Amino acid sequence: MQKITGLAKKRILELLADGTVTKVLGWVPGDFCYDVTPAYFETAEEVEGMIYDSFCGANLSKYLINGCKTLEEGGKILVLLKPCDTYSFNQLLNEHRIDRDKIYVIGVGCKGMADIEKIKAQGVKGVTKIIDNGDTFEIKTIYGDKTVAKKDVLLEKCLSCKGKEHKAFDEVIDPEPETEQEIKDRFEKVKEVEAMTAEERYNFWSGELSKCIRCNACRNICPACSCMKCVFDNPRSGVASKANTDTFEEKMFHIIRAFHVAGRCTDCGECSRVCPQGIPLHLLNRKFIKDINEFYGDYQAGEEEGQRAPLVNFDFEDVEPSIVEEKGGN
Amino acid sequence: MQRIGVFVCWCGSNIAATVDVAKVVEAVRNEPGVCYAQDYQYMCSEAGQGLIKTAIKEHGLTGIVVCSCSPRMHEATFRKTAEAAGVNPYMVEIANIREHCSWIHKDKDEATEKAIILARAAIAKVNLNAPLQPGESAVVKRALVIGGGIAGLQSAIDIADAGYKVDIVEKSPTIGGKMAQLDKTFPTLDCAACILTPKMVEAAQHPNITLYTYSEVAEVKGFVGNFTVKIKKKARFVDETKCTGCAVCTEKCPSRKGLNEFNCGLNKRGAVYIPFAQAVPNVAVIDQTQCLHFKTGKCGICEKNCSAGAIKFDQQDEYLEEKYGAIVVATGFQITDVTKFDEFQYTKHPDVITSLELERIMNAAGPTKGTLLRMSNMEHPKDIVFIQCVGSRDNTARGKTYCSKICCMYTAKHAMLIREKYPDVNVHVFYIDVRTPGKNFDEFYRRAVEQYNVDYIKGMVGKVWENADGRLTVQASDLISNEQILLDTDMVVLAAAVEPSDGVKNIATMLTASIDTNNFLTEAHPKLRPVESPTAGVFLSGVCQGPKDIPETVSQAGAAAIKVVGLLAKDKLVTNPCTAGPDEMMCNGCSTCANVCPYGAIDYVDKEFRIPGGVEVRRVARVNGALCQGCGACTVACPSGAMDLKGFSNRQIMAEVDAICK
Amino acid sequence: MQVNENNEVKKEFKPLIVAFCCNWCSYAGADLAGTSRLSYPADVKIIRVPCSCRVNPMFILKAFEKGADGVIMCGCHPGDCHYSTGNYYARRRMTLLFSMLDFLGVDRARTRVEWVSAAEGQKFALVMNDFAKKIHELGENVKLGDLRCKK
Repeated sequence: MQKITGLAKKRILELLADGTVTKVLGWVPGDFCYDVTPAYFETAEEVEGMIYDSFCGANLSKYLINGCKTLEEGGKILVLLKPCDTYSFNQLLNEHRIDRDKIYVIGVGCKGMADIEKIKAQGVKGVTKIIDNGDTFEIKTIYGDKTVAKKDVLLEKCLSCKGKEHKAFDEVIDPEPETEQEIKDRFEKVKEVEAMTAEERYNFWSGELSKCIRCNACRNICPACSCMKCVFDNPRSGVASKANTDTFEEKMFHIIRAFHVAGRCTDCGECSRVCPQGIPLHLLNRKFIKDINEFYGDYQAGEEEGQRAPLVNFDFEDVEPSIVEEKGGN
Repeated sequence: MQRIGVFVCWCGSNIAATVDVAKVVEAVRNEPGVCYAQDYQYMCSEAGQGLIKTAIKEHGLTGIVVCSCSPRMHEATFRKTAEAAGVNPYMVEIANIREHCSWIHKDKDEATEKAIILARAAIAKVNLNAPLQPGESAVVKRALVIGGGIAGLQSAIDIADAGYKVDIVEKSPTIGGKMAQLDKTFPTLDCAACILTPKMVEAAQHPNITLYTYSEVAEVKGFVGNFTVKIKKKARFVDETKCTGCAVCTEKCPSRKGLNEFNCGLNKRGAVYIPFAQAVPNVAVIDQTQCLHFKTGKCGICEKNCSAGAIKFDQQDEYLEEKYGAIVVATGFQITDVTKFDEFQYTKHPDVITSLELERIMNAAGPTKGTLLRMSNMEHPKDIVFIQCVGSRDNTARGKTYCSKICCMYTAKHAMLIREKYPDVNVHVFYIDVRTPGKNFDEFYRRAVEQYNVDYIKGMVGKVWENADGRLTVQASDLISNEQILLDTDMVVLAAAVEPSDGVKNIATMLTASIDTNNFLTEAHPKLRPVESPTAGVFLSGVCQGPKDIPETVSQAGAAAIKVVGLLAKDKLVTNPCTAGPDEMMCNGCSTCANVCPYGAIDYVDKEFRIPGGVEVRRVARVNGALCQGCGACTVACPSGAMDLKGFSNRQIMAEVDAICK
Repeated sequence: MQVNENNEVKKEFKPLIVAFCCNWCSYAGADLAGTSRLSYPADVKIIRVPCSCRVNPMFILKAFEKGADGVIMCGCHPGDCHYSTGNYYARRRMTLLFSMLDFLGVDRARTRVEWVSAAEGQKFALVMNDFAKKIHELGENVKLGDLRCKK
């Protein structure tokens, strides 16, 4: 990781200097080192402040929508994308939300990103720096150095990593060797919920969704949720609401949100990562993905340019909606 | 706020016996927007309609709710009534309290309660209705027919006879299509050329028809009534206006390697050639891939021998653009690639041929001058085996699931013709089923069996192989006697599946016409609109829509023509106002809606929008009202809800849901 | 109305069922049921839409929010859509939506899709009778209306 950061910075400075790009989209540390924030850089000086470490889980592709829109004539944005971020990038290209000609993609290698909440849960406090050491993270804290096993503190999305291959790039910087990683079945938790009785499922989701404070963080971070105006902000849609005023609305909000991104969601997991209430929102998306894969064949949104999303497609022999009942279960 | 009048119909006792109409009137009187409510015995009667008109005038109504029978029955009636009284017809909503209420419920309280709820839903909807104006678009009075086979020719002639200009675009150098290659036609056994060539000539000489042979459709823009089509005229290297069709060049050409397409490649032709004697136009064409002039820069014998000076080696592809009101697709078919079925030895043995090749062998203008000969040694055959359903009714990946429909009949024809002309030849036919629906078809098949003693064997052929003596052995199972058969034969004829022409996919994409999994063009409705494509202004003629024989093709071609004539006869098209449209301020320009539109009615434009501090250019959806049929698929596909449907808007339907669930 | 042992008046449960019907097939099928005088419970209220593909999941959720006990969507049989492909999209949308509702613990019997042609008045009545019966058995839909209830 450390090597990638150095090489990426060097390349960025070159590309800025020779005028290939005019702006760079990367990450800077926030108040804390793990509090990583997306940021634009325009000068060599600013680039010095850029970081790329194991806290850079944030997916930068969505910021390109506004970036492309506000880009000066003849400008070009350099963006750093991790392999899984490129899926969202392709999806945005497919939906004409960003302009490929205005973007220069450096695919940066990724060795798995750390989840600060999981680190804290291990009793590690006062984190000041994280260093990737293959199977472990070396964490510097104000109380001294700690080492944690990587597999224990990876972000949810990294546990079921989509692979280290960039699906879109102009160049790739990934000089470090791959580390072996066990890939978890991403539908494990979905299957667990499916196996519950209806009553249990209902209680599970009541418990989770009643935590929702409607802060809209999930919506705002989601690369697929990029509408000019969200139906929930549109008084003419019939479902507009700023807060969950009645008992049904939070559920409706999350169902509709998940439905609107069904077939477009790349499973980047940002919704759950940013939820301040810790609601496992990605399970809703993964349920749709799992159903789509089972009913209509495997589909990974953003895998390639020009693919046709399953909800704007059909087959004459598609399963009937009664499959839900026929499949049975509890 | 609307001023809504509610009119509750008794429908004699049909409604009034089960629904307390007076109670409904009282219940809806105080609904939001309602300023008038009344019941009457027969709302649809002259007097009933008069009541509505009077109420509109006296109470200044802007919206009308009629609680009556199904809107499928009288919506149009009441819309006209409203219009006559100066209210926009789309401000009328019907609450169906007869079919959906009084006729199915017995309990009067229950039915009355339901009728009130249905009325409330209609009122809630009308409150959100907006006046709609049907659009108009002009019609270009010219038609394009793609494909110059019998289907295209018949459509073109019929349209031209009705007085409209028609252009035919045919990709090969002559019109005539597959029918020109046939020898005789079933079930009458008349010669195909004798009935087809007069039609070819008629098309060529018709004052309203323009032929573009050796041409292809390169681009299609526009919509019903107003298509702009770019046509590519491929270079023939022969000046069509000068060539007299004398054929001297074709005789003098030293190149003899080109396969004669007209004879299915069974013999050779020169690099400069006229496809067949009756070709229309009777003009030569140079095959660039074979011509020595193009290969070596030398030769030029044809040019020297052409007294008309028609040879033009420097001719280039030409593009021309023309406007059309309607387009007929008549791209026809091809024979499926039989090399996939190599158990029959097609690629290995010259005596294994397709039925179309047999047509050429039997034809006087064919490679053997009409004498039935084995292609391997030019000897007279003693036994012939026909194999049916090669690639048809085949569920494997290499085959087609459908029945090709014509093979049973043409095989009976071949068998009969051979037995008639060469009684010494034994003819065996292996079949799955013999299908002969059609006028005089079964009689025809029976004649082959009973009169001509053709040996029909129910069963499929597993394998064909060559013997030491050069003859062929056919291994098959006889399903009736339930035994394996080995049969020695001189020739094997494969009834290969018909499939849509290769180019049809490309054409369908250009026309935004849909095709099915087999690449046949889909009709707008399989029963009620069988010759129309779902894309308005595009019509289907012939096998491009599905396998069919000549009489069926000609009927369909005529039907397509009358649809075209019906369209071109209009000066203006009135468009359905209940169409979709985006709220541009919310449109993401993401193209999701266009993906689900069955009519290709949606495209995208970059548009300038004022934003705080300047102007931004955004890609937004644009719906062509002339094409949109108002299904609403796009409105649900749209993630932002920017796309909405007039007459059935999100808010209107939500309001109905609200009213019902109150 | 039923009066139980304690002489309390217990109001009979009248389910509220919303049926979305496409204009060309199912709505006409419902008309035919009416013309043929085939009865089904008055609990069923029909909303006419041009095509099943016009039914937005939001309408269905809205109906549940407002207290519907069951929602059924009817469209032309696959292959018979007036707009040729609408019901194919609707089929995918509803399959996924209903599966999701099931995932959230909502009774899968409260949602249904049926293909009813204009000629199937009898089927329409049968379907509605059956659906209404099922909903009646399930009772009032409290779950959807109150997911937030804290234990």
